[in-house]
Amino acid sequence: MSTPTTAELKPAPPPVETIRIKVDGRELDVPKTMPDWQGKPQPTTMLQACAMAGLEVPHYCYHPKLPIAGNCRMCLIEFGTPMMGPDRKPVLNEDGSPKIARSVLPYEPDAARGAIACATPISPGMELYPSSAATKQMREAVLESLLINHPLDCPICDQAGECKLQEYSVEHGQATSRFVETKVHKPKQVDLGPRIMLDDERCVLCTRCIRFTRDVAGDDALGIVNRGSYNSIAAYPGRQFDNNYSLNTVDLCPVGALTSKDFRFQMRVWFLKETKSLCATCGTGCNITAGAREEKLLRFEPRQNDAVNGPWMCDHGRLNYKWVQREDRLSTVISTRTGSGTWTGVLAEVAEVLRNAPKGSVAMVLSARQTNEELYLLNKLAVLCGAITDSIAREGQGDALLVSPDKNPNSNGVRLTGVAYTEMGIQIPKIAAGIRNGQIKTLVVFGEDVTRHGLEGDVLSRLDHLIVSDVLPNETTQRAHFLLPGCAHIEKRGTFVNVKGRLQKFMKAVEPKGDARPEWEFLGELLQLLGRPENFKSLEGLFNQMAKDTPAFAGLEWSRIGDLGVNVKL
Amino acid sequence: MNNARNNLTTVKRTELTFLEKLYVPTLWSGLKVTFRHFWNTLFRGKVVTMEYPEQKWTVPEGYRGAPYLVKDTEDRTKCVSCQLCEFVCPPKAIRITPPGPAVDPTTGNVEKRPKEFEINMLRCIFCGFCQEVCPEEAIFLQKDYSLTGVSRSEMIYDKEKLLALGGVHRGPIMKWKQKADEARKQDAFKPE
Amino acid sequence: MDSIMDFIYLHRELVMGLVKICAVLAVLLPMVAYSVLAERKISAFIQDRVGPNRVALPLLGSVPVLGPFLTRLGIWQPLADGLKSFLKEDFTPNYVRKAYFWLAPAIALIPAFMTMAVIPFGSYIGTEKMVIADLNVGILYTFGIVSLGVYGLVLAGYAANSKYPFLGGIRSSAQMISYEIAMGMSVIPVFMLVGDLNLGKVIQHQSGGLFSWIIFQQPVAFFIFMVAAFAETNRLPFDLPESETELVGGYHTEYSSMKFALFFMGEYSNMIASSAMMVTLFLGGWTLPWFGLNANAPAEGGLWIGIAHIGIFLAKVLVLMSIFIWVRWMLPRFRYDQLMDLGWRRFIPIALANIVITAVILYLKHAP
Ligand code: SF4
Ligand code: SF4
Ligand code: SF4
Ligand code: SF4
Ligand code: FES
Repeated sequence: MSTPTTAELKPAPPPVETIRIKVDGRELDVPKTMPDWQGKPQPTTMLQACAMAGLEVPHYCYHPKLPIAGNCRMCLIEFGTPMMGPDRKPVLNEDGSPKIARSVLPYEPDAARGAIACATPISPGMELYPSSAATKQMREAVLESLLINHPLDCPICDQAGECKLQEYSVEHGQATSRFVETKVHKPKQVDLGPRIMLDDERCVLCTRCIRFTRDVAGDDALGIVNRGSYNSIAAYPGRQFDNNYSLNTVDLCPVGALTSKDFRFQMRVWFLKETKSLCATCGTGCNITAGAREEKLLRFEPRQNDAVNGPWMCDHGRLNYKWVQREDRLSTVISTRTGSGTWTGVLAEVAEVLRNAPKGSVAMVLSARQTNEELYLLNKLAVLCGAITDSIAREGQGDALLVSPDKNPNSNGVRLTGVAYTEMGIQIPKIAAGIRNGQIKTLVVFGEDVTRHGLEGDVLSRLDHLIVSDVLPNETTQRAHFLLPGCAHIEKRGTFVNVKGRLQKFMKAVEPKGDARPEWEFLGELLQLLGRPENFKSLEGLFNQMAKDTPAFAGLEWSRIGDLGVNVKL
Repeated sequence: MNNARNNLTTVKRTELTFLEKLYVPTLWSGLKVTFRHFWNTLFRGKVVTMEYPEQKWTVPEGYRGAPYLVKDTEDRTKCVSCQLCEFVCPPKAIRITPPGPAVDPTTGNVEKRPKEFEINMLRCIFCGFCQEVCPEEAIFLQKDYSLTGVSRSEMIYDKEKLLALGGVHRGPIMKWKQKADEARKQDAFKPE
Repeated sequence: MDSIMDFIYLHRELVMGLVKICAVLAVLLPMVAYSVLAERKISAFIQDRVGPNRVALPLLGSVPVLGPFLTRLGIWQPLADGLKSFLKEDFTPNYVRKAYFWLAPAIALIPAFMTMAVIPFGSYIGTEKMVIADLNVGILYTFGIVSLGVYGLVLAGYAANSKYPFLGGIRSSAQMISYEIAMGMSVIPVFMLVGDLNLGKVIQHQSGGLFSWIIFQQPVAFFIFMVAAFAETNRLPFDLPESETELVGGYHTEYSSMKFALFFMGEYSNMIASSAMMVTLFLGGWTLPWFGLNANAPAEGGLWIGIAHIGIFLAKVLVLMSIFIWVRWMLPRFRYDQLMDLGWRRFIPIALANIVITAVILYLKHAP
């Protein structure tokens, strides 16, 4: 077994320069520089040093993938530096250790002077006190001031349950407020754009949203208007906040100020069952967390994977989940020949058809939306029947950040499993001609509406047998003689290979409706009926078997792919 | 060292007298007690049974019966669909359908009201957690203790039924109203 | 017509026997049903409750005053109970030993009925002796039959093939054997006094007046017999074979519907049989020392006296039944070792001593 070629296995990095500091009295060597939001080395900050010591410093405006702003003051901590004598030499304690000067207010030497941990670099010999009484007091004070005008409408706020203001108030705040005056009220239910609703009262003015859309999405659409306690976020006058990444600001917003119109008031977040999955809208394969309650999909959120999507995803992919649970989704297995409506019956008939089909009379059009495992099984089936196979390419607009012009999630899977070695779709005219001249009598279609890709209705009507598996009804499924309802990727497990050659797995978030079953399950049964028993019992087994048989996946195992995937050779 | 054993006291079992050992006098007194009760019940009507459907029980103050939703004095549903009660309910008797994103102009400052609110009274154990957790004082355990129906679905009380049974709560807290009034006084707030 | 009369004449014994059996059963079965009601009512009163008071018959229930009164009394409750027993699902778990499982309730019930055969429940009606079988070894027969009763319970415990019934069955066999000995020995002095095993003779012996009742001559024997009878009938405080709190229901845990009801009936028939036995042996049977009711009814014109004797007998049985019930709602259950201790280390020695003392007294009395 050769070792998989993964991004993790790079040559050992050169030794890093470190600085020795103390965090809460514990000595620690931290690298002198750390990558900033763009990956460039920058002096390590106190916040990063504390994180290395295993201590989280509360923060609002800081985000590892955004430029540092340092405006919320939540990350204030007490610190000290080695004391320097007039001779610029370190002053020593009696025991010979350097004397530390705690930083204090210049005119009030009893009160600690904090520093914002997110933006202050560390220096040699520095001591950080993220757990000291003074730090605690600073946090209390910051939280109290943040809450002065906060509406505290957590019962109706969508963020409740994943709100940093709630969390820090519980952890670091104080129970009572000393503010007795009337709160400043700011606009509520502000329509920022087609997908975003803003509640200015809840905003803590961290400017994460502004920085994201300006620096990451490249669309300088948001800003702060008004002064003092009337500060509020607004879109540029006359403009909509409508770029294709706008919903990321909802995730970024530490409070319930920016809300997704799609998810707004749909469900409290603590009821969501979260499943690690992928976005299947384009070839990038952004990692997502799918939230569902009681088999109802409610939202997709990006899941951080720095090798693919970082912490972001595009709005189009995020909202592309509703079709899965549409009312008219295919949910009955049926054979129009005999009217049989059970899986055993229909699969037996399909097996009969394929067994009796002479070599060269079968063709298969297999979607690049199927998983690797399914394509592998389908390819086996094709070899067994001597079928000609192809898939369908889907090109569209891409962008510089995430969106790929390839709108199939698994184009590379199609290539690697051997369904289409060369350009996708090249065989379609041949298949059409074969059907026309009566050479091809049986067509197997998985996940595509071939009537829109070169095999129009009149071509299909010449077929003896049309075997179709799909999720939603279309013209091809209407013409099918054997209809095998399959699953959307969110309803099953499997793997995709993205455009850059990263093999990633996804888990099942919701149950399929009615008769619908994962394709790999019934394909395994079909192969068995055709006298080619497969010896996998689960998807794990199937994947491992595929990895053994497919050169590109050699040496991989399901259990070793991990949540973030591995790179394969294209 | 004072042994822990020394702190133990041994309780001596009292020796029974001969008569007691015979049991017969004890039996006799037992028979007397039971006979007295028999006599009193049969001939002097000292019955403790409450014959339920005919005789009803006075529900004491503070009794925790069935939970119902209440309205405020302006005839508005107090519940804001925060779903905390649904979360806390031990037997999962509560099911709330949140309103979804559509903005309802009639609810003013309270953006959120439950679209549907169901309590399955067959599941509810009258524990009172929902009342305790509710941040809006919108649900109260009231005095009904004997709920009946002829089908299971009839025992699932929906929002209208719960509100009708719950009545009006005259508590002093009208948080949303106060907020709206306060905001209206400030120019920055444009409720249009 | 004549031939029938001829037949009756020729087989007088047989026909009269059948008639008596039917009559006894006709009295016994309602008695069982109503002793259940009595149990429920008396227990209710002892515990300051009301007891069954809801079952009303459609027509009778609407008769003013009487209808509500009977309903309150729970008179119709046994009907409802019986109906319910019949209508309930008769469930046989699939792990039981089926044949024994079906047999056990019958075996538990039959001996209780058979004991009745030798009990003289009256003197004479016409020339007919009011006993089904006038055996000269009556008491031996009784003991023989009664000890069969335990088979029903043991079999039930064994057949159910699950742990609680099994424990119940074992307990009942041990308990029955232990107390049978005490019981048997407690009645020996009675027969030493009477000098005959025929139960009719025992009654004859007690017809001399109130103090000729054996209870006054042998109070110790009566006491032991009574306690043993409680144990034999599995009544509280000796209901260890069923003890709901520890064994779920003991030997009848797995039974439902009518089969369960048969065990229930068995328990109450046993109570009636034991009471009848005690009445016969110790309480003068059908006699009453006043109004000349202590002599056999004359063959001519003694019909009413004969009927009165039966009534007296029944009345005495009812009083004893009430005591059974009363004791049940007074005493808690014994612990198993206490039960055994009481049987073997108290009652058997006392009964033995009683025999010896009686023998000595009799010897001294009749010594020349
Ligand atoms: S932003 Fe957070 S603290 Fe503020 S109302 Fe929403 S959940 Fe509550
Ligand atoms: S809307 Fe949210 S992300 Fe934007 S500044 Fe306010 S709190 Fe920060
Ligand atoms: S009283 Fe308890 S069980 Fe009933 S609805 Fe409320 S929380 Fe649920
Ligand atoms: S806790 Fe109160 S406000 Fe929240 S959903 Fe339940 S009843 Fe409504
Ligand atoms: S996180 Fe450091 S100032 Fe906001």
